[in-house]
Amino acid sequence: MANTVLVSLVSMGTVGALFGAGLAWASRKFAVESDARVDDIEEILPGANCGACGYPGCRGFAEAVVAGAVPCDGCPVSSSEAAALIGEVMGVTIDSNSERLVAIVHCGGGHKEAKEKADYVGITDCRAAAIVSDGSKGCEYGCLGLASCVKACPFDAMSMGPNGLPIVDEDKCTACGLCVAACPRDLISLAPVNKVVHVLCRSFGRGREVRGNCTVGCIGCRACERACEFDAIHVTDFLAEINYANCTNCGECVAKCPTNSIIIQGDQVTVAVEQTVSEQISEGARAN
Amino acid sequence: MGKGKTFKGGIHPPGHKELTNSKSIRRMSPPEEVVVLMQQHIGAACQPLVKRRDVVNKGQKIGDSDGAISAPVHASVSGVVKAVESWVHPNGYKVQAVVIENDGEERLDPDIVPAGDLESLDKGTIVDLIREAGIVGLGGAAFPTHVKLSPPPHKKIHTLIINGCECEPYLTCDHRVMVEQPEKVVYGTRALLRALGINKAFIGIEANKPDAITAMEKATAPYADIQVVPLQIKYPQGAEKQLVTAITGQVVPEGCLPMDCGIVVNNVGTAAAVAASLKTGMPLIERVITVSGEGVKEPQNLLVPVGAKLSDVLQVSQGFNGTPRKVIMGGPMTGVTQFDLSVPVVKGTPGIVVFNDLKTATKPEACIRCGRCVDACPAFLVPVNIVQYVDGGQLDAAVEWGLLNCIECGSCSYVCPANRFLVQSILLGKQEVQAARNKQTS
Repeated sequence: MANTVLVSLVSMGTVGALFGAGLAWASRKFAVESDARVDDIEEILPGANCGACGYPGCRGFAEAVVAGAVPCDGCPVSSSEAAALIGEVMGVTIDSNSERLVAIVHCGGGHKEAKEKADYVGITDCRAAAIVSDGSKGCEYGCLGLASCVKACPFDAMSMGPNGLPIVDEDKCTACGLCVAACPRDLISLAPVNKVVHVLCRSFGRGREVRGNCTVGCIGCRACERACEFDAIHVTDFLAEINYANCTNCGECVAKCPTNSIIIQGDQVTVAVEQTVSEQISEGARAN
Repeated sequence: MGKGKTFKGGIHPPGHKELTNSKSIRRMSPPEEVVVLMQQHIGAACQPLVKRRDVVNKGQKIGDSDGAISAPVHASVSGVVKAVESWVHPNGYKVQAVVIENDGEERLDPDIVPAGDLESLDKGTIVDLIREAGIVGLGGAAFPTHVKLSPPPHKKIHTLIINGCECEPYLTCDHRVMVEQPEKVVYGTRALLRALGINKAFIGIEANKPDAITAMEKATAPYADIQVVPLQIKYPQGAEKQLVTAITGQVVPEGCLPMDCGIVVNNVGTAAAVAASLKTGMPLIERVITVSGEGVKEPQNLLVPVGAKLSDVLQVSQGFNGTPRKVIMGGPMTGVTQFDLSVPVVKGTPGIVVFNDLKTATKPEACIRCGRCVDACPAFLVPVNIVQYVDGGQLDAAVEWGLLNCIECGSCSYVCPANRFLVQSILLGKQEVQAARNKQTS
């Protein structure tokens, strides 16, 4: 009995030792040279594998950074701090002044505001609805309301609001741009988070046509253009567009817009705007 | 059923042809205003040749294009051009259109002269005349006929098939053309044979039209090179590739056209239009359409000027019977639902069908993997798998499974017991693939 135990212990031990030695040899012989920097960078990245950078997942992006194929701040989702950290790993200094961007849906024509021309029965997908007679909305430029952008968002930052329009959660939005690509109407853009005045319309239709389809559409009247002191809003092809670089959030255009297609985002933001306005006034007073 | 030649797969939707199949074609009096779209065919859109306030004659060419695949459009009434503006196409998008206010004079264009005896015309002349007459496939796809008649030199054509299947439910316009104008169809077939330089033609007709088969057999009797072939009653018998298989037994390979197998397919309506324009010189400015469905008071077959608005056509049929829920241009299987009754009839419009209630359950449920869509698919595809790939965003895999070979007949969606949007997903996938390819090339 004791003999059997001894024999099995020794034989199993020997086999184990042999395999162990074999594995140790193989791990040296076939070792894959990996750059430690790739692991470090992957650690810094968000890890959502959203693919917004164009590489297959975060590791793919990290490898590309190490290979020099993409700049350290190439991850559209990461904050500027993360980019700076990646820069540290790579031994380069990253200018971390870039502003954080968030997605803005440029359509204000929900169930209440925009006319429907037909009932749509079919796949719940904006792209599919756009194929069938150009969607069910009277406005051929407006949001189709079937949440293709919401489904595309890997960060759970979008949801459909009660009015049939998508809502962006600014805290969760990482500006990866997947919703921008998912929208067949090209209604979503990325704007600096501290800019709060937006034109919520992308209709190139003439005034009469727009008014017939929606109560909050841009009719191209140019009242905003005249109201703006900072050369920040211009009307081309019957549509107002804001140049965010010049915009000061003053809200003059919002006040002048006859169809309310220009808005100041969020209530809490309105307070901030008032502050900015008062700051500007006091600054102006000081300058004088 | 059971008798006659056919193809693999397909479905048997209720035909509802009894509503109109015994009613002779009535001519619709020209409406006060017609809207002639500049894009009524597959291929390049036409450029308007007239401007606002121009006076046009009936049959005058008002739009043309330099594109190789295109066909000119003509004024269907005489009158004054009210506007050249963008207008909704039956397919939902907007295209340029010439709006003509009818002066009621029916003033014919002086350029309209009969082409003369068929025997005196040579190949090229017939093809040119067909192009100038703006003739396109009247079955629904509206492919320019002259392009079909000019195959590249390395493709030897040996057979012409005239499509008289009309497998779409409700539609009876081709049926009536065959019953009432068989000699026109035969004349057109002979002209097409002459244009192709061949001497073998089949006219395929579904067995649910015995009177059309009798009439066509009688009319083709003097011509040994034209043969009438009765076919099984099945949808989509009238789809080009399926018809080729049914009649010749040949399967058109993946990614090929019937032309690659030496076969050209044309609709009976197209043949009749060719005959009409060669005999009278009048371009394609009117066509027979079926107005049907329980939603119209008087279902009938109408000879309608191209450009007549849907509302005017429905007026002739005594308007709606009850509250319409769905107005379809074309048949219920492949037609396009309309949202605006100011949409005009185009050359490729075979009919208008109006429904008062949407009987079909429209809420899709989970796939039970029964495989009925696979049995029904006449294009040898596995719709369920293709759709899963499209829905999952794996377009490459969908293409591998034959996404682009789908003929969009809708048989899969029709048989699906879970009411899934199969053909709709495939259409979406095709569009996405096209968009991705366009992006790559640009």
